[in-house]
Parts: sequence; C-alpha cells; structure tokens
Amino acid sequence: MRTDQYQGHDYYEMDELLTDEHKLIRDAARAWIKKDVSPIIEDYYERSEFPSQVIPGLAEIGAFGPYIPTEYGGAGMDQIAYGLIMQELERCDSGLRSTASVQSSLVMYPIWKYGTEEQKQKFLPKLASGEYIGCFGLTEPDHGSNPGGMITNFKDQGDHYLLNGAKLWISNSPFAQVAVVWAKNEDGRINGLLVERGMEGFTTPEMKGKWSLRASATGELVFDNVKVPKENLLPGRSGLGAPLSCLDSARYGIAWGAIGAALDCYDSALRYSKERNQFGKPIAGFQLQQKKLAEMITEITKAQLLTLRLGQLRNEGRATSAQISMAKRNNVEMALKVAREARQIHGGMGVTNEYPIMRHMMNLESVVTYEGTHDIHLLITGLDITGENAFV
Amino acid sequence: MKILVGISKAPDTTTKISFTDNNTKFNEDKVQFIVNPYDEWYALVRGLELKEKNGGTVTTITVGGTDHDPIIRKALAIGADDAVRINTEAADGYMVARQIADYAKDNGYDLILLGKETIDYNGSMVGGMTAELLDMPYVSVASKLEIEGRTAILERDVQGGIEVVEADLPLVVSCAKGMAEQRIPNMRGIMAARTKPLNVIEPSDAKGLTRVVEYNLPVEKGEVKIVDAENMDELVSLLHNEAKVI
Ligand SMILES: Cc1cc2nc3c(=O)[nH]c(=O)nc-3n(C[C@H](O)[C@H](O)[C@H](O)COP(=O)(O)OP(=O)(O)OC[C@H]3O[C@@H](n4cnc5c(N)ncnc54)[C@H](O)[C@@H]3O)c2cc1C
Repeated sequence: MRTDQYQGHDYYEMDELLTDEHKLIRDAARAWIKKDVSPIIEDYYERSEFPSQVIPGLAEIGAFGPYIPTEYGGAGMDQIAYGLIMQELERCDSGLRSTASVQSSLVMYPIWKYGTEEQKQKFLPKLASGEYIGCFGLTEPDHGSNPGGMITNFKDQGDHYLLNGAKLWISNSPFAQVAVVWAKNEDGRINGLLVERGMEGFTTPEMKGKWSLRASATGELVFDNVKVPKENLLPGRSGLGAPLSCLDSARYGIAWGAIGAALDCYDSALRYSKERNQFGKPIAGFQLQQKKLAEMITEITKAQLLTLRLGQLRNEGRATSAQISMAKRNNVEMALKVAREARQIHGGMGVTNEYPIMRHMMNLESVVTYEGTHDIHLLITGLDITGENAFV
Repeated sequence: MKILVGISKAPDTTTKISFTDNNTKFNEDKVQFIVNPYDEWYALVRGLELKEKNGGTVTTITVGGTDHDPIIRKALAIGADDAVRINTEAADGYMVARQIADYAKDNGYDLILLGKETIDYNGSMVGGMTAELLDMPYVSVASKLEIEGRTAILERDVQGGIEVVEADLPLVVSCAKGMAEQRIPNMRGIMAARTKPLNVIEPSDAKGLTRVVEYNLPVEKGEVKIVDAENMDELVSLLHNEAKVI
C-alpha cells in the first residue's frame, strides 16, 4: 500500500463544534494510526490475521473504554471523544475499529453498567490497558437478527451455574480472556455471564474464510457444561434490554466509524482524481467524476452533522435507541455507497491493494450486517414512527 | 535540572497561503495550526528525555494570545510539567527573544531549548538573541544533546560531517532533526494536561525592531515539458534557446 496521505475533510466547519481536547484526541489517534497501523494493515488483512501488536497502542490512544470513569482505568471522556476515536480507527480499517468497539461498548460497558464493584475492579482496569481483550456473545447459529430466541442457557447448581450452548460470529473470541455471554436462566430470562478463558468446557474455535473484516478475528464460543462461579453473573440488569443497551453504545461508535471509512475513500478518490490525467486533463475536471465527488462529500457532511448531534444527545443521556439505530443504518449505507463510487474513480487501480478502497468496501459488508442488519434498523425506525411492530 | 522549551504555532504544511491587509499580514482564516515541528519533535521531546533521565522540570514558554492555548495544551499532553504564555502578539524575532529572556532571567533555567526555526517565517533568530540577552552560551542547529554534570555535549551537522561541541550550563540550544523522535500524546497525557498549570503573564515592554513591508507569493511554477529520452537534440535546443542555461 502507498504511504498514508490521509487528510480529514470538514466541509461544514464542524471542528468549531468540538473542544480543543476532542481535536487533540482525534489528531493523536490519527498520528498513531499513520505511524503504527497504516504501514501494516494491508498485509494483515491479506493474511487474515489480527495484528495483536497494536493492542498496547490502542490502549495508549484511549480506544478501550474512553468514557469509563478513571477509577476503573478509563479516561472519563465524553461520548464525542469516543466517537472520534472510532472514526479514526475505522478510517484505517473497520476490523481495527471492531476490536475497539467490542472491547469498549460490548465488554467494558456492561461490566461498568451492570457489574458488581468486584467485577469492575477485577476486569475494567485490565481491559482498559489492553492486558485483557474481551468479546461479546449474543448471536447464535440459529439466532442472528432474533437474539431473543437464543438457546444458550444456564442452570443454578447451588454454588455455581452450569452453562451450555454455543455462540457464533463472535469478534475477538479466538484470543479473548473474558467473554460477556448472554444466556437464559431456568425461567427463560436473558442474563449476562462473565466466562473466562481456562474455564473447563469453554472453547473458542476461530472461524475462517471471511472476505470481510479480515484483520479482525472472529470465532465461536462453545460451552459444554461450563461451571461458571456465581460471582460471574452480571446482576445489574436482565432481559433482552441488557444486551440491547450495549448494542446502543456500539452502534453509536459504528455510526462514527462508518464516517471514517467514507472519509478515507473520499480522500483517496479526491486525490487520485486530481493526479490522474486522461484525455489531456485531470479526471477531476470531468463532470461525471465531479458528480460522484460532490455527492460523496455531501453525504459525508450530512452524516457528520447527524452523528455529532447524536453525540450531544448521548452526552446528555437523551439519545434514544431508535435515534442511534438511524445513524448506524444511514452512515454505514452512506459509507458503502461512497466506497463503491470511490472505487470507480480509481479506475483499475481501485481494485488493487495499492489503495484502501476495496478493503473498506469489503469490510463495510460486515458492518452493514452486524449490530443489526440494515433491514432490521429500518424496522426499528418503522416501529418507532408507526407504533406497528413489523419484525414478526 | 530546570528546562525551558519554546513552543510556537505554525500553519499545517497543507495550508493554502494567502495574505490580508495589503499583503502585510498572513491570512489565518481557515488555517489549521500545529505545534511548530522543530519545537515539538526535537526541543520538547529532548527536554522530556533529559528530565526523565536526570530529574527536574520542563516548562514551556510561548509568546502569543489565547489562540495559542490549543498548541500549549498539546505540549502539556506530550509531557511538559507546566506552561507560560506571554500574553502579547509576537512582533519579530527580537521582541520574542526579549520576552523570553525577560521571563527567564529570574527563573534559573539550566537549559533553554528552542526549535531551529519556525516553519512559517523561518527567522532562526530567537535562540541566538535569547542567549545574548541572558549572557548564556548558544549552540545553534544541534542534532544531538547530552548532559554530563554541568556540561552539555552537542553535535551539529556540518558540511560533510559532524561537529562535536561542548558548553557549560546554563545554555541555550536551537534543536534540529535527529535530536529526538516525535512523541504522540497518549490519552493519559491528554487527561493530565487538563490540570497542568498554564500561567498567563503580561508582557514586558520589549517591542519589535523590524516591520514587514510586504509578503509576496513565489512565482508560479511553469509547465513541465517532457522530452523523450531518445530526443537529445530537442533537449539541448530547449535548454539553449528557451531556458537559456547552456
Ligand atoms: C464479521 C462479523 C462479526 C460479528 N461479531 C459479532 C460479535 O462480536 N458478537 C455477536 O453477538 N455477533 C456478532 N456478529 C453477528 C451479527 O450480529 C449477525 O450476523 C447479525 O445480527 C445478523 O444475523 P445473521 O447473520 O444470523 O442473519 P439473519 O438474522 O439470518 O438475517 C439474514 C437476512 O434476513 C433479514 N431479516 C432477518 N429478520 C428479518 C425480519 N424480521 N424482517 C426482514 N428481514 C429480516 C436480515 O436483514 C438479513 O438480510 C458478527 C457478524 C459478522 C459478520
């Protein structure tokens, strides 16, 4: 891959709505990525391997739970700082962002919100520093968009719980030290359990053959009569709302992340269009290419405004699940469209690994599916505005 | 060891340069400012390394208005202990040197580190003048700096080799490439910077000695002519008749 020449784009001068600290956090993340990740990402992507050497750097820039209070090893930052970090990570690669999203929103968040003081002390500082990597097990082989139908379950055995079942499509699972696992109790109510590597009967086979998110490891979680200590149950909340609240946090991060991927594609396309000459002039001078570029920056700008406003609402604790869902759906679809148009602007070069476009495009196919598919998010908005449930 | 590091802002290298006020002022509208790279990457980071090795403090000093606060916060996030901002607009190199010297003279610094120049006006004057005003030795454009006891051992890149220089502390050094590696502020540093002191000090009465009459942009580059490698005659004739260099 070429050297990373990325520059941010801020058509509506939204930087003025950020604090100096936000900009410092964003620019530090960008600088670290250019130095340590951009030079290796394409290679790891092609080898279908997670570059585990970036974990300490991710912790340094604050990518693991930046909004978790400092007493638990977090940075105590606001939601916009979190969003900006996710944007910069996904600007580089959606897989990199996925690893950080899962750690922050799907592992640290539920422990922080629903865990006991002992659980917080035991896990959060290690997750913040990257010493531990966590994963989140909700999806099952037969329950994707419908996680409420899950069959993974646990039984009270007096001094411990006995956990059985299997989870599929779990990011970070192959090397995670701790898994936040959602399973049903004997009454059929969903609860979160902290399952630790090394517990007997717990295995995490890696899934191979993804054409997307290749630099992020995905695997299964298999529970064969796993004895889970009682103190590993998250007591703070039960029911489907518990995992869904984690998804709110992660989807919010994805909304920012998708802007990052779109910005990288646009940035590359804009630069390429000015440098590439055909028929005696830069292709940026042809109306059809300008149409593509103009539409790209328009859609990116709209998404930036939508998402910053969502960040403000989240800072005030007022963002609804439906608002977050809309941003996730809109921004990921926007990024996919931008990636496809950007690919065309790069001509034949656009299909090579010299440019990041195809990698983004393939990554975004996972992003449009996980954390609620595009269709499911349409149904969420549909339900919210009509009051009619169209899921079943 | 007490170390003082000069920090100034400079436009990002991708900035489109233009001027206002009849071509006498740089147009700062829509310009992204960064910490002057020579100050940040070399002077500040080397100062921090020396502090980490020998103990002491690193204070930054900036001559400028509140618009400099973001770059000062960045220097604090990278690791400086505290910051001083002399609250006035920089007029010229002499004025900045006087302001720094007026502040530093009563504060007992062992080492004053500055960038070899700012990447905007490239004046390269502040270090030398600050040293003179404080009656301290000065080593310019140093690419290496070690401290042993009260002696500094420095290296300077000179034509075809390296010059090794020794000087006693207190000392003023202007720092060039090679002195240290860039440090990216981490989240801990950014959090710590929130509560580090940024002391705003009113300026002394030092004024500038020079006035900018006019800025002009460089002449636009002409079109490139590509001559086929086989076509020596055409190249020679172009160099002779058009470029008039042979
Ligand atoms: C790379 C990757 C990483 C992942 N990481 C994790 C993870 O860390 N943890 C985790 O728990 N999960 C993870 N997932 C799983 C992901 O969340 C699911 O793939 C997603 O929820 C969709 O489920 P499914 O694949 O079973 O598709 P299905 O639910 O089978 O959907 C198939 C199609 O049917 C449509 N559909 C389903 N129901 C309806 C309906 N009611 N109305 C209309 N259309 C409908 C969907 O929109 C989709 O187009 C990951 C997935 C991928 C690809």
